[in-house]
Amino acid sequence: MKLPAIVHKFSSPQNFYVMAGKLIPWLGWACLLFMISGLYYGLIEAPADYQQGESYRIMFIHVPSAWMSMFVYMVMAISGGIGLIWRIKLADVVASSSAPIGAAFTFLALATGSLWGKPMWGAWWVWDARLTSELILLFLYLGFIALQASIEDPRNAARAGAVLALVGVVNIPIIHYSVEWWSTLHQGPTVTKFDKPSIHISMLIPLLLMAVAFKFYYATSVLMRARNEVLLREQNSRWVKEVIANES
Amino acid sequence: METSLSRAFIALLKRDLQLAYRHRNELLNPLFFFILVVALFPLGTTPDKTLLMTMAPGVIWVAALLASMLSLDSLFRADYEDGTLEQILLSSHPLSVLVLAKIISHWLVTGFPMILLAPLLGIFMYLPTNGILTLMLTLVLGTPILSLVGAIGMALTVSLRRGGMLLSLLVLPLYIPVLIFSANAVDAHLADMAITGQIYILSSMLMLAITLAPVATSAALRISLE
Repeated sequence: MKLPAIVHKFSSPQNFYVMAGKLIPWLGWACLLFMISGLYYGLIEAPADYQQGESYRIMFIHVPSAWMSMFVYMVMAISGGIGLIWRIKLADVVASSSAPIGAAFTFLALATGSLWGKPMWGAWWVWDARLTSELILLFLYLGFIALQASIEDPRNAARAGAVLALVGVVNIPIIHYSVEWWSTLHQGPTVTKFDKPSIHISMLIPLLLMAVAFKFYYATSVLMRARNEVLLREQNSRWVKEVIANES
Repeated sequence: METSLSRAFIALLKRDLQLAYRHRNELLNPLFFFILVVALFPLGTTPDKTLLMTMAPGVIWVAALLASMLSLDSLFRADYEDGTLEQILLSSHPLSVLVLAKIISHWLVTGFPMILLAPLLGIFMYLPTNGILTLMLTLVLGTPILSLVGAIGMALTVSLRRGGMLLSLLVLPLYIPVLIFSANAVDAHLADMAITGQIYILSSMLMLAITLAPVATSAALRISLE
C-alpha cells in the first residue's frame, strides 16, 4: 500500500519543524488551562470522599497518568510500525521521543499509586494485578529505551525499537490477563480492592479535565522532543544550518 | 541450483545440531546453571520440607527462565561472527522458516535437556511425583515458548557488543506469562485442582509464538545485519 504524496510532504522534517513550532504554544496553553481548572475543581471544589477522606485526591494525578502510560505505548508502537512499514522518518522520531515520556507517566502512576496505597491499604506496595502489570509496562518502556540507546545508527535504532514495541503490543494483553488471573488466585482477601464505585459528577469532571490536560501535556512535550530530535538527526542538512543561524 | 524449502530447513537443522554436538561441553553450562540456581534456594532460605515444596514450582521455573535466557547467546552469536548468518539472510527461502529451524535445534539442545533434568530438581525441592510430572508437562509446553520469544530479543541484540544485560531487560518481561501459568499449573495440581485451563493457555501461547515469533525474529535479524 502506498501512502498519498501529501503525507510525505507533510512529514518532511523541515515542514514538521515549522508546523510543530507553531503548534507547541497552543498546546502548551491548552494544557495549562485544563490543568489549572482540573486542579482547582479537584483539590478545592470537589468534596472529600466519605470513605477515603482527602487522600483520594491523588487520584486526579494517578488515574490520568495510568491512562497515559497505556496510551503512549500504543502511540509508540503504532508510529514505530508506520516507520517500519512506510519508512517515514518522522514516525521513528515520534516513537523514540514518546518512550521517555511514557516511562515517566508509568513511573508517576506507580509512585502516586504507592502514596495512595499507604493510607488505603496500609502498604506501599501490594502485588495487585494492576500494579504488577504497570510495573511490567515500565520495564517494557525501559527495555525499549535501552535498546534504542545502545544502537548507534538512528535508523537502525528506530527500526529495532519498532519491532520490540510491536512485540510488546502483542504481549501486553497476555501479560495483563495472566497477571490479573495470577493475582486473583494468589491474593488473600486482605487487600480491599476498589470496586469501581459509580463516581460522583463533582469528582468525575476534574478527573476528565486532568485527563485532557495530560493529553495536551503529552502532545506538547512529544512535539518539543521530536523537534530537537529532528534537528539532531538532520544536523548536516542546509535548512537546519539556516535555522540555527537565524536563532543564534 | 535451487534446493527445496524443506530440504533447506532440514539441512540447517542438521547443521546446527551437528555444530552443537561438536561443542557439547558448552551445552552443559546452562544445565549446570539450571541445577545450581535451584540448589541455591534451600541454602539461602531453609531446608524445611513443606516450605521448599510450596516454593518449588516457582523456583524451578525461574531457574528455567534464567538458564534458557543465558543459553540464547548460542542461537545467533557464533553464526553472526563468522558470517553464516548473512549467508542465511541472502538465501531465497523465506527467512522466518529458516529461523524456525535454528530455533528448533536450539530448543532440542537447551530446552529439551532441561525437561529431562526436572525430576532431579523436583527431588531437590521435595516435589511429589505427580507434581514432577506436571512440572515436566509445563516445561514441554513452556520451554519452546522461551526459545521462540527469546530469539526475537537475541536477534535484536546480536550485533551489539554488550548485548547480554540488555537481552535480559528485553526478554524477561515477555517471559512473565509463561512463568505465571506454568508455576500455577504445578501449584494447582499439588492442591488437587484441575489444570486443563493452564495447559490450554500454555498450548495456545505456544501456537501463537510458533506463528509470530519467527516472523518478528527474521525482521529483527534483517535490521541487525543491515
